[in-house]
Amino acid sequence: MFVLIVGCGRVGSSLAQSMLKEGHTVSCLDEDPESHARLEVGMDCDWEEAGGLFTVGTALEVEALEMAGIEKADSFVAATNGDNTNIVISQIAQRRYNVETVIARILDPLRAEWYTEQGLDIVCPTRVATEMLGERLRAGFAAQDSGSGGDS
Amino acid sequence: MYLIVVGAGKVGVNLTRELLLQGHEVTLVENSRSRYLAVEQKLEHNVHYGDASELWVLERAGIERAEMVVAVTGDDEDNILICQVAKEKYGVPRIIARVNNPSNRPHFDLLGIKPVVSSTDLILRLLGHEVPHQNLVHLLDLEEEKIEIIEFRLNENSPIVGMKVGEIDTPDRTLLISILRDGVGFVPNADSELKIGDDILAVLDPVQEEELKKILGATA
Repeated sequence: MFVLIVGCGRVGSSLAQSMLKEGHTVSCLDEDPESHARLEVGMDCDWEEAGGLFTVGTALEVEALEMAGIEKADSFVAATNGDNTNIVISQIAQRRYNVETVIARILDPLRAEWYTEQGLDIVCPTRVATEMLGERLRAGFAAQDSGSGGDS
Repeated sequence: MYLIVVGAGKVGVNLTRELLLQGHEVTLVENSRSRYLAVEQKLEHNVHYGDASELWVLERAGIERAEMVVAVTGDDEDNILICQVAKEKYGVPRIIARVNNPSNRPHFDLLGIKPVVSSTDLILRLLGHEVPHQNLVHLLDLEEEKIEIIEFRLNENSPIVGMKVGEIDTPDRTLLISILRDGVGFVPNADSELKIGDDILAVLDPVQEEELKKILGATA
């Protein structure tokens, strides 16, 4: 599969590395040339040597998206640090380039919820973290309750 | 009318002030705390602090009863998102979006965000009008309505120089509406003769532009 990942921060770069290890063709796009270094953290060779692709450009730039290979991408991940950017470029990938699998990372739960209803495939780390923290808290409450005899 | 304006830059602030003067009810939303505090000195309760791409901020600003949302922030993705949500989630009847970078315009079109205003485009268009090195200028483009108005300067290569308006074989759905000569404009009749240096204005269906260009002898 050809996977295009836009936004090469902590999430984008680690996802890129694991997809590459799983044998996919991975192309990353980021406006910051320095973000390339993140792709090589923990690797024993260059990102390019390992078969990865990297393009510098902003996500809304059609030329940059095309240079990064959006026209031949089977999958597209929007993982920039801007929710609105991710929402807009996922729709561009879907509607303009007909990429088959399009996934967006959206931090704001309200926007994530509405755009999920609109048919976007969204991962909302905030919601996931909130749920997990809640579970841990409840587990902690239960442990405390049983520890104190359960009647407090 | 109740309007929400997003982005308290120069455009947003001046727009809000003019709309208030015209008697409209306006809420201006700004997400930078320092900018909000500066603007609040002038516009008082008409300005709200918050990020309008967060839905609850729009709801607090009363988007459910807004008749128009104008997104004029400096970020095109924010303007797109705010208008998309206003239109599709809250059913706001009218939106206007600012395009900061003209090359982003296709994204607005793709996502159905219209009308859009781009000051860069407007200035480029005016430049074309003031400095007519390119002899055909688009003065108005209403893509949806399929109407445009163009201005064309006649030079020695135009086959219609010396002809009367009534003699020109204009394509269907095109109409010559005005001639500007020596700084004065007039509405021509069938006997008006065309001269070198005339700026002629024509209204037409955009699909007929190529046909009309041939008649005018426009190259570009």
